Amino acid sequence: MQILKNRHVTGWLQAAPLTLILLGFLVLPIITIVIVSFWRATEFSIIPAFSFENYEFLFGSAVTWKVFMATFRYAFITWVFTLSIGFTVAYYLAFHIRSQPVQIALFLLCTIPFWTSNIIRMISWIPFLGRNGIANQTLISWGVVDQPVEWLLYSDFSVILAFVHLYTLFMVVPIFNTMMRIDRSLIEAAYDNGASGWQTLVHVILPLCKPGIMIGTIFVVTLVMGDFITVRFMSGSQRANVGRLISNDISLLQYPSAAATAVVLLCTVLITIAILLRFVDIRKEL
Amino acid sequence: MEKRTPGFWVLTAFFALFMLFLYGPTITIGILSFQGEGGGLTFPMRGFSLHWFRDLFQEQAVGDIWGAFRRSFALGLMVMVTTVTVSVMGGLAFRKRFAGSGMLFYLIIASLVIPSILISLGVGLIFNQFGLKIHWATSGFGSQLTWTLPFGLLIMFAVFNRFDKSYEEAARDQGASAWQTIAHVVLPIIAPSLIGVGLFGFTLSYDEFARTLLTAGSYNTLPLEIYGMTTNVTTPVIYALGTLTTIFSFLIIGAFILTVWIMGKRRARLGSDAGKGV
Repeated sequence: MQILKNRHVTGWLQAAPLTLILLGFLVLPIITIVIVSFWRATEFSIIPAFSFENYEFLFGSAVTWKVFMATFRYAFITWVFTLSIGFTVAYYLAFHIRSQPVQIALFLLCTIPFWTSNIIRMISWIPFLGRNGIANQTLISWGVVDQPVEWLLYSDFSVILAFVHLYTLFMVVPIFNTMMRIDRSLIEAAYDNGASGWQTLVHVILPLCKPGIMIGTIFVVTLVMGDFITVRFMSGSQRANVGRLISNDISLLQYPSAAATAVVLLCTVLITIAILLRFVDIRKEL
Repeated sequence: MEKRTPGFWVLTAFFALFMLFLYGPTITIGILSFQGEGGGLTFPMRGFSLHWFRDLFQEQAVGDIWGAFRRSFALGLMVMVTTVTVSVMGGLAFRKRFAGSGMLFYLIIASLVIPSILISLGVGLIFNQFGLKIHWATSGFGSQLTWTLPFGLLIMFAVFNRFDKSYEEAARDQGASAWQTIAHVVLPIIAPSLIGVGLFGFTLSYDEFARTLLTAGSYNTLPLEIYGMTTNVTTPVIYALGTLTTIFSFLIIGAFILTVWIMGKRRARLGSDAGKGV
């Protein structure tokens, strides 16, 4: 029984189910993808090999570069919008709502959509953005335009709108969390020293929120970069990002090529995260 | 009470607009799902009917929606139970540093940030190579855990970081064994957070799409079925389905929140017996 008293052994036993699941369904799949990315494919099957042709094709194609740039662009634009909206909402909840029950209720209102279906939330934009949708009807009745605006649905606009709609709460929650932990006497000190509300916001609150902003950024950037379904659905298959490149290859059963693209995407995401993690220590923020 | 500044009203208006942005589209399809029989996917409403809901109950119109719902529900429960159990154990493990804990922590974060399509593709390939049949309850189940577990664990880490260890010490001082301390002291104290973990486990699984896409096998889960409908169904029946499953999600979320709230009330009412010499 003495061995059970050892803290390493206890830790291993308690962490064993978690470790096994992550090994089996995270580490092993990634290793498989890396291996398969060197394989060859015929029209009907995939053949074990050690060839760089998938990567050569990938990096040699102009489409790849274009699609990666498009993916970064989606991530950046979505990041700007989710951050500004998320920060404003979190700031309102944390500093302007004085009653705690109201604060909790409003916070829950912001998070509830997270627990509902993303696909249905995307579908629900159709009656709003469509050619004869609410937005166009309103614009026409106000006399802003005489023809329905075509770029509302199935365009970059609708893709980014859906991203912002789906992922803003990933900014709200961590930023709100860090804001609630800011010592209120710091803000009073700023006011006492003559800072205006705006100066307090920019020079006191904003720097103290950096960890929350970083965690939100990691969520939003990785979700947008790894996405394939939002881009496909909201652009009516007219726009591409890296995720769609992978899913197209998969639907053509070109697994080695899909795997190679996946490896490049994975490296891109991990490098981005590594850069972001330099600004925040996640373990300290929990 | 301090007077409200103009900034407060500007921000209130902003927040109200944000709420409209969040919930407006959902409410819109809620209304449109009652579209009359001749109506289309957008306004105007051509009458008001339950026609599209009736369509949902006729299998030939929409495929195997109810089978898909049953599978998603069962899978959600499986994922929920596993997520809660594994997260609690993982949370307990991480209270002390053990060899490899740093590595495991980064694995959890990796699980959160790795694009879901990679999990889907990788698990699909493994099952393929080993000649195993992909099925929602095996490959689908495991793939979804890589998304729900990080959330469960992050919640558990936050809970245990704020946990007052003196309760456990008190239990040990009174002669409780390690297991008794966990079962009678630690678990009851963290129970409300476990409900939260359960909520994440169930709803994230119930709505998961990308991770199940290549791992569900021949029987679709509900999100996959809905996605399939978007490419070939052009009637408001899809809104009716969306409305029903959103209402179902709201009921589930409501039930979880209510449970936590009731637990809190009970706790406040019964209070602590500390210092009362009980």
